Amino acid sequence: MEMETTISLLDIRPIIPELTLICVGLILILLDLIVKKKEIVAVVGIAGTLVALFGTYKLYGFYEPQVAFGGMFVLDGYANFFKLIFFLNIILTICISMKYMKIEKASFGEYYSLLMFSTTGMMIMASAADLIVLYLGLELMALSTYILVGLMRKKPRSNEAAIKYFFLGAFSSAFLLYGISLTYGLTGTTSLSGIAESLNALNIIGSPITYLGLIFMIVAFGFKIALVPFHMWAPDVYEGAPTSITAFMSVGPKAAGFAVLGRVLFDAFPAMQGQWASILIPMAVLTMAAGSIIALAQTNIKRMLAYSSIAHAGYMLLGIIAGTHEGLTSMVNYLMIYLFMNIGAFAIVIMLRREGFQGEDLEDYMGLSKSHPLASFLMLIFMFSLAGIPPTAGFIGKFYVFMEVINAGYVYLAIIAVVFSVISAFFYLRIVMYMYMKDPKQEVTLTTSPTMSIALAITAMMILIFGIFPSILLNLVRYSILG
Amino acid sequence: MVPLSWYIVLSAVMFCIGVFGFLARRNLLIIFISIELMLNSVNISLVAFSHYLQSMTGQILVFFVIAVAAAEAAIGLAIIIAYYKNNPTIKVDEINLLKG
Repeated sequence: MEMETTISLLDIRPIIPELTLICVGLILILLDLIVKKKEIVAVVGIAGTLVALFGTYKLYGFYEPQVAFGGMFVLDGYANFFKLIFFLNIILTICISMKYMKIEKASFGEYYSLLMFSTTGMMIMASAADLIVLYLGLELMALSTYILVGLMRKKPRSNEAAIKYFFLGAFSSAFLLYGISLTYGLTGTTSLSGIAESLNALNIIGSPITYLGLIFMIVAFGFKIALVPFHMWAPDVYEGAPTSITAFMSVGPKAAGFAVLGRVLFDAFPAMQGQWASILIPMAVLTMAAGSIIALAQTNIKRMLAYSSIAHAGYMLLGIIAGTHEGLTSMVNYLMIYLFMNIGAFAIVIMLRREGFQGEDLEDYMGLSKSHPLASFLMLIFMFSLAGIPPTAGFIGKFYVFMEVINAGYVYLAIIAVVFSVISAFFYLRIVMYMYMKDPKQEVTLTTSPTMSIALAITAMMILIFGIFPSILLNLVRYSILG
Repeated sequence: MVPLSWYIVLSAVMFCIGVFGFLARRNLLIIFISIELMLNSVNISLVAFSHYLQSMTGQILVFFVIAVAAAEAAIGLAIIIAYYKNNPTIKVDEINLLKG
């Protein structure tokens, strides 16, 4: 059981992308002191992220999984695909936030470096093969995100969102730690594969304490993913945070939460699949139900998208419940598609924001197609995709998740999911209806910028490409996860 | 020697007190202290397990937890102060701008 304790210089290689992002984050803080124009800081940030992305690609290049630091850090296809999601997430977020943070008068250089640190935390989470590394990555991600949520210091709503996120986040990480300590006490190790071995060797799979440790960890990840009943923070935080950060955290921390949930359940507790599936199934049903139904009553679009993202977490959870590697593949596939459609939708929300106008009410979208046909058409694509209407990618994502959950024998779950998917179509299509069939109440001018256009073009194009040629994405995901 | 189970019971009781304080108290700072109590209860159980299992992993994790808790305290208090500057209250019931 003794682990290899020597760490050689070669061990540094697998974490080069993480180190790159940390260095870029530190450089950005210094750059912020020298450079007056914050756009330059942002562009350097994007460049640094691209370097890290290239590093990840070079390091991995779809070879065999690499293990570093005595088995604590693993670089496999699963981790790398999640890292791709995180890189795209941060690049698109920077693209949509440049102009927006200026309007909000919160254009600080630290904003970009905190995004870097948060993304590094997510990457560490995706690569964690040990509960200690997992905890550290999670805290790096969470602590940076708490600050980002409260970055608009002068705004009471942003302050309040940060307080709520911070307290519930800290509460959930205490649960994670308690779960870790129970599991460690039982198995004598924090390594995920070691836990799986010990559970079998010591024959404690059915023991209530093992079960308790597992439940505590699921609770903590459930907070990060915003699964019902641990979702209470999500709508408030999504509404109060700067919209660009809402876009960032509706994808990044959620994806990271799914990454560790999948990793812990599949690597450390494969023997308890029946037990954890029986915990996750009611959570998934409640998540889809609460997300889809409460969203119907919302009048603030950020709040509505918050509930929509809760519902989407429910669909993605089905991929894990399936308990197969194909199920995991469908979940990752969904996350990638969700990244594009969600950030795209938030990008449109950001465009409506201008000096002295919030642009967050659903009524602000009335008649948008008359004054801004292109923006309305893009919003229509994003809404169709979120609702899961073909030929957009959202349909493909849902289709594969439902198919895998049926293959795993949970036909009733797929039926429930389809029913809630139909219910949720109502509030997505309501926005489309507002844009195309109502008369404008007031003149709305959009705030555009070149980077915003790039982000919108990428997201909309990806949704259509993945919707019409789903095999491109699916083959890539299959290749990286199934080998 | 004090048996392991005593430490585990102590840790569980402390953790439950922390959870209760988090849910029942209405003052932000007390809630914050409750979270610290929860983290420290975890530290006790980790150290006890570590000693019992004769493995260092648990104690290493304790050091990380202490370090992270310090960072968390710094950020948490900064967030509370930023809030307090705009709305001078630390009562949870009065923090109700965002709802629906």
